[in-house]
Amino acid sequence: MNRDPFIEGDPASATSQFKVNLSGRYKIDRIFEIATWAAVCISLLVLAALVVDVLVDGLPRLNWSFLTSFPSRKPEEAGILPAFAGTLWVMVIIAVLSFPLGVGAGIFLEEFSQDNWLARTIEININNLAGVPSIIYGLLGLQVFVRIFEPVTGGRSVLSGALTLVLLVLPIIIVATREALRSIPDSLRLAGFALGATRWQVVREQILPLALPGILTGTILALSRAIGETAPLITIGALTFIPYLPDNLQSPFTTLPIQVYNWVSRPQKEFHDTAAAGIIVLMVVLLLMNATAVFLRNKFQKRF
Amino acid sequence: MISDFSDPAQLTNTAVLKAENVNVYYGSNLAVRDVSLDIPRNKVVAFIGPSGCGKSTILRCFNRMNDLIPGARVDGTITFHDRNLYSKALDPVEIRRRIGMVFQKPNPFPKSIYENIAFGARINGYQGDMDELVESSLRKAAIWEEVKDKLKESGLALSGGQQQRLCIARAIAISPEVILMDEPCSALDPISTLRVEELIHELKQQYTIVIVTHNMQQASRVSDLTAFYNAEATEKGNKIGYLVEYDNTQSIFHNPQQQATQDYVSGRFG
Ligand SMILES: Nc1ncnc2c1ncn2[C@@H]1O[C@H](COP(=O)(O)OP(=O)(O)OP(=O)(O)O)[C@@H](O)[C@H]1O
Ligand SMILES: [Mg+2]
Repeated sequence: MNRDPFIEGDPASATSQFKVNLSGRYKIDRIFEIATWAAVCISLLVLAALVVDVLVDGLPRLNWSFLTSFPSRKPEEAGILPAFAGTLWVMVIIAVLSFPLGVGAGIFLEEFSQDNWLARTIEININNLAGVPSIIYGLLGLQVFVRIFEPVTGGRSVLSGALTLVLLVLPIIIVATREALRSIPDSLRLAGFALGATRWQVVREQILPLALPGILTGTILALSRAIGETAPLITIGALTFIPYLPDNLQSPFTTLPIQVYNWVSRPQKEFHDTAAAGIIVLMVVLLLMNATAVFLRNKFQKRF
Repeated sequence: MISDFSDPAQLTNTAVLKAENVNVYYGSNLAVRDVSLDIPRNKVVAFIGPSGCGKSTILRCFNRMNDLIPGARVDGTITFHDRNLYSKALDPVEIRRRIGMVFQKPNPFPKSIYENIAFGARINGYQGDMDELVESSLRKAAIWEEVKDKLKESGLALSGGQQQRLCIARAIAISPEVILMDEPCSALDPISTLRVEELIHELKQQYTIVIVTHNMQQASRVSDLTAFYNAEATEKGNKIGYLVEYDNTQSIFHNPQQQATQDYVSGRFG
C-alpha cells in the first residue's frame, strides 16, 4: 500500500495548506479495522464455546422419546413434551394478542396522535417500559392476572402466563412499529394527502405495506425474547412438573426455559445433560422463529 | 359538502381561488403577511421571488396542506369558488381532490405505474373504467408513449423527468380543477423541463394552474399572470414574506410598477 499522493500541479500542496498525511490516515484505518474484527471474533468464540458445550452434553440425550415424554424422576426417562406444548400455547396467545395491540398502538402514536404533552408522556413511558426488568412484569401479572382476574384466567394458568408476557413484549413491538413507520419518507404521505386520501387511507395503502417487513421483524424478535423468559413465569407460578398437556386457556402449564431451569437445579449430573438437551430444543425453536422473520421480511419486501 | 357549486360554465374567467389579507404563522412566527390575490380560471399563475419569501407557504394554503404541518396557522380569508376554504363546512380531504398538487421532488409511490395513477381514483370512489382512466391521464401528461408497455413496472424505475410527469398524471387522474405545482422542474434537466412546460400549456385548457418557480424564463414562458414575493427582515432577525406585485406576466417582466420587481426580474437581486 505504497501510494504516492503527490500529483504535479496540486495548488494546495504547493502552498502546503493541507497536510495530506495519507500513510498516517491509512494506519488509523487499519487499526480500527483490526479492532472491529477482533470484537467480532471474541463474540463469536464465546457463542461457539457455549453452543459446543451444550451440544456435547445434550445431543446424546436428544431423541424422539425425549420430545414425546413427560417429565420423570428418572433422568433417562424425562421428556420435554409438556414444556414444549406449553411454550407453543404461550407463543400463540402472545402473538394473537400482542401483534394487533402493539402495531395498532404504534400506528396511532406515529401517524395519528398530535404532538402534544400527552403523546410525549406516553412515548417516554413506553420507551421506559421496554427497559423494565421482566421480574417486575411477573409481579404485576401475579397480582392482576392470577389474583384479581382469577375467575377469567383461572389463576396460575397458561392464559395468565401469556398475558404477563404480552405486557413484556408490547412496548418492544410498539417501539419497533414506530421505528418502521418513521423510516418511510414523509414525501409519500404528502403525496397521498395531496390526492385527497384520508389519513387511514394513506397509512393503509402506502405506508403500512412498506413498513410491514420492519414491523414483522420487530414482532418476531420480541416474541423470541418472550420465549426465553423464565423469571416472570416462575413469579406467577408456572408449574415445573406437570404430567399432562394444557388443553384450555385455564390449564396449568410449564414452558421450555422453566423446565430447563428445573433440571439444571437438580443435583444429579444426568439431569444436567437432560437440561442441555432441553436447551437445544429451545435454541432450535428460536432459530426457526428468526428464520421466519427473515423469510417474512424477504417475502414482503417490495420488489420496487 | 362542496358539490353545491353553481354551474361551472358560468364561472369561466372568474376567480377560482381568492386570497384576502392572508397571514401565515408557523408557531408564533409570522412567515408571510397580508397576501391578497385572485387566481382566475384556466390561467397559469407563476409565483416568483427569493428563497424563503413564502411562495410554497402560500401555495400550501390553497389546498390546506398546511393543516398537516404542526403549528402552522392561516388567518385572513381564502375562498374557493367564493366559499371559505377554511370554514368547517368544507372538508380538507375533498378540497385536496379538487385542488391537486405536484411537488418539487418527484415522489411517485413505490408501486407500479398503473397503481400510481389508480390509487387516487380508487380512494376517491371512482366508478368508471380504471384502465381507461390510467391511459387518458398518462396521455394528458404526455408520458403514455413512454410507459404504455410497462404499466406494471415500478414508478421508481423511470427517469426523474418521467417520474415528474407521472406525478402530474396522478394529479390529473382525480379530475381536479386546480393544480398547484411547487417548483416542478427544479430536479429536471432542460429537455424534461421543456416537456413539462409544454404540458402545462396543454393543461391550461382544462385546469387552473399555480406554479412556483425560480426560473425567470420559465415564468415568462408558461404563465399568464405572475406574482412576485419578497421578504423583509424584522428586528428579531426572522424574515417575513409579502406580495410585492401581481400582474400580467408581460407587465411584470417588461413594465413592473415596483423597483424591487424590476431588480428581481432583471437579475440584479437575490
Ligand atoms: N414547516 C415549516 N415550519 C416552520 N417554518 C417554516 C416551515 N416551512 C416554511 N417555514 C418558514 O416560512 C418561511 C417561508 O418558507 P417557504 O418554504 O414558503 O419559502 P419559499 O418561498 O417557498 O422558499 P424556496 O424558494 O426556498 O422554496 C421561511 O422563513 C421558512 O423558514
Ligand atoms: Mg418553496
